[in-house]
Amino acid sequence: MSLTDDLLAKNTVQLDSKIPAGPMADKWNSYKDNMKLVNPNNKRKFKVIVVGTGLAGASAAATLAELGYQVDAFTFHDSARRAHSIAAQGGINGAKNYKGDGDSIHRLFYDTVKGGDFRAREANVHRLAENSVDIIDQMVAQGVPFAREYGGLLDNRSFGGAQVSRTFYARGQTGQQLLLGAYQQFSRQVGLGGIRLFNRTELIDIVVIDGHASGIVVRDLVTGELQSHAAHAVVLATGGYGNAFFLSTNAMACNVTAAWRAHRKGALFANPCYTQIHPTCIPQSDDSQSKLTLMSESLRNDGRVWVPTNPDETRPAHEVPENERDYYLERLYPSFGNLAPRDISSRAAKRAVDKGLGVGPKKNGVYLDFADAIQRLGREVVEERYGNLFQMYERIAGENPYEQPMRIYPASHYTMGGLWVDYELMTNIPGLYAAGEANFSDHGANRLGASALMQGLSDGYFVLPYTIGNYLAPMLNKAIPGTDHPEFKAAEEAARLRFNGYLAAGGTKSPDFFHRELGKIIWDYCGMERTEQGLEKALSEIPALYEEFKKDLRVTGSGESMNQTLEKAGRVDDFFQLGMLMCQDALDRKESCGGHFRAEFQTDDGEALRDDDNYCHVSAWEWGGDPMKPNLNVEKLEFEEVHLATRSYK
Amino acid sequence: MSNHLKNITLRIWRQAGPNVKGNFENHVIDEITDEASFLEMLDILNDKLVHEGKEAVVFDHDCREGICGTCSLMIDGQAHGPQRGTATCQLHMRQFKSNDTITVEPWRASAFPLIKDLMVDRSAFDRIIESGGYITADTGGAPDANLIPIPKVIADAAMDSAECIGCGACVAACPNGAANLFTGAKIAHLNRLPQGQAERYSRAEAMVETMDEHFGSCTNHGECEAACPKEISIDVIALMHKDYRKAKFSNRKDLARG
Repeated sequence: MSLTDDLLAKNTVQLDSKIPAGPMADKWNSYKDNMKLVNPNNKRKFKVIVVGTGLAGASAAATLAELGYQVDAFTFHDSARRAHSIAAQGGINGAKNYKGDGDSIHRLFYDTVKGGDFRAREANVHRLAENSVDIIDQMVAQGVPFAREYGGLLDNRSFGGAQVSRTFYARGQTGQQLLLGAYQQFSRQVGLGGIRLFNRTELIDIVVIDGHASGIVVRDLVTGELQSHAAHAVVLATGGYGNAFFLSTNAMACNVTAAWRAHRKGALFANPCYTQIHPTCIPQSDDSQSKLTLMSESLRNDGRVWVPTNPDETRPAHEVPENERDYYLERLYPSFGNLAPRDISSRAAKRAVDKGLGVGPKKNGVYLDFADAIQRLGREVVEERYGNLFQMYERIAGENPYEQPMRIYPASHYTMGGLWVDYELMTNIPGLYAAGEANFSDHGANRLGASALMQGLSDGYFVLPYTIGNYLAPMLNKAIPGTDHPEFKAAEEAARLRFNGYLAAGGTKSPDFFHRELGKIIWDYCGMERTEQGLEKALSEIPALYEEFKKDLRVTGSGESMNQTLEKAGRVDDFFQLGMLMCQDALDRKESCGGHFRAEFQTDDGEALRDDDNYCHVSAWEWGGDPMKPNLNVEKLEFEEVHLATRSYK
Repeated sequence: MSNHLKNITLRIWRQAGPNVKGNFENHVIDEITDEASFLEMLDILNDKLVHEGKEAVVFDHDCREGICGTCSLMIDGQAHGPQRGTATCQLHMRQFKSNDTITVEPWRASAFPLIKDLMVDRSAFDRIIESGGYITADTGGAPDANLIPIPKVIADAAMDSAECIGCGACVAACPNGAANLFTGAKIAHLNRLPQGQAERYSRAEAMVETMDEHFGSCTNHGECEAACPKEISIDVIALMHKDYRKAKFSNRKDLARG
């Protein structure tokens, strides 16, 4: 008996993935043909709460409002347009085959399952690939100014892990343009009264009554006031938890609180150890740095990655002769070259730097060189493709990438793990949904480039608006608990106590101090390479630091006006608890797959070594009352279409 | 290679709320690397303030990549500081030198009421978008994306104005507190595209009139263009005026009724 079957028998929570029957390519259509419907005139009788206004949240809220549901949307930003989807640079995949290079829905599905190292749910991925085509149509109809050819048709480029050009882009600001498209559609509904918008309002708790998600408790960040909101269903589109590492490419305010509070109310948290370390970020320049900046993967279309072969190299890059350079990605992975997937490219960069071959003042980066591209295409073409990225690099690094190669190094960027959801994107708490990066479902153990935007929009535009109806239909004309229910009052009281506790802690150190220390531990032991010994060390250091946090935290100011230190304290508290779960999950998964690389489990040439007999499952953790004592539940992954195989990009 | 700046004096605006009097407060940063961003310097200051038991300076910021438009500081009287085409979060200390005194203030415009310290409320921008800054295209009915070819020059021009990050520097820099660059940029983005033609004039009319409810009037100073971190050209304002005038003169609502 495999470990998976053994664990399956011990599940304490029934995990029904609700994958529709039938052939893979027909499952989504068959679901839509059979789901329950809510009559257009009855939709206004239902209220849906959407938390987060990034691609997934804005598109879900807008579409649900168009359909006629009453939507209450919440964002902690000043405007819905600020959500971190805006920072995505490179592009969005769509299986349009506009280039006639052999792309298809099946191929995008296959690439994504393989890219995820066979740890994603096939049926979800297939649906994602199907929807990718509609997303491009929808966004163009909304006026997203995608790049075009001279004849007026859409242009494409390539991204890592694919051998076709299927990535649509708007300069280096694709996320911005897609988010603004979704934000505009969302704003239209705000103007029409279909959506009530609550800005500068942060989710503090989820309220579950009789096993159903019944609403949320939020904190008005300007006044500090706690409020309850009741609804028929709650959607969390609150992003990922990459800021657990402190230094990451995530925006400063990105946090895990919404997902974590749902987890503490019973929602399972799946595969928290699947985190993506993006290979092309600007290396850290100083210890006081607060944030790392991504340089789009699209740069690897034309940039060549290399390090000098001599660890003591001191000459400027352009003076290093060809035969003293190691273009290691081209050497190790000839068929994908510089476009090898992210997990593989990141580890290769780490190894080069660990061998002492790093470049830059701190020897903590590798070169991403455009000299060849500039010679081949001319500076003008390179500028048109990547101009804003080059400019951003120059602002930050103070070096001109047209004249000297960029220096890059991997950094925390995206989290594949998240709330466990079924095929309908519903968590194990009925009525509670998770969309976009907040859920776990589509990217397995490694996300391919240009797939995050696709998934956020697929979930929000083309999945939730269908699946929520299926849940709501039987609830027609049935009363739901109001905010005067004791559970709402209890959640408000718990939130009040929590925030008063931070203010009263009376210690000496800021939330940022603890966040930085916590991030260091997680990065060192649960980052690009993990070992049993390291993870055990992390699991003794994090709880100790957490105790110190509780005793020695200092939050100045009051709880009655805008207080960013207080907001941060709550978020760091949740990162501590999540950090413990990440390390426990990483320790428990005794195999390497995608972004989860356990040094003990690798092939002779240093690639990730999966153990499909024992770990071909989703690890979905249940809150056990103590962050160090979660209960493991598993969902077995079956592969019908894409056969389990060792990933090769050689 | 990095250098260190010494003895930077920050003259920072502190104001506890919209209805109380504010004042400048001086803080000295003894030493900082020129690799640090301007906002990292504020992070360091805030950490120090909390450590000393004082309240941290409130300021808006998020992505730190110059794209979300959240950061909003008036630095030495210039929106987003001295470097052209650069949002505050992308401004680095190498733009300054030792012993500098730097004055840091919030956006000052009546349409952006102050919340606290350096943070203001820019919701009026959202009201402009809600009134017409979109193309009506409900989810589900879109035709194939390649059905309408869009000449590259048109797509590129639309993209130039679509790059607006909605930070509000244009308003803060304008002596009249006008939002013409922001509104014009969105109108130019959508009205240049074939998909935007159906609502072209109703959009221009609604957005301009909503803008006028909240913001001051444009008198062609051009400060907005100079302050814009995305270097959006004031040409978009001309396009906006042209479409607004057409919307009014051709009296399209009456025409539509036949």
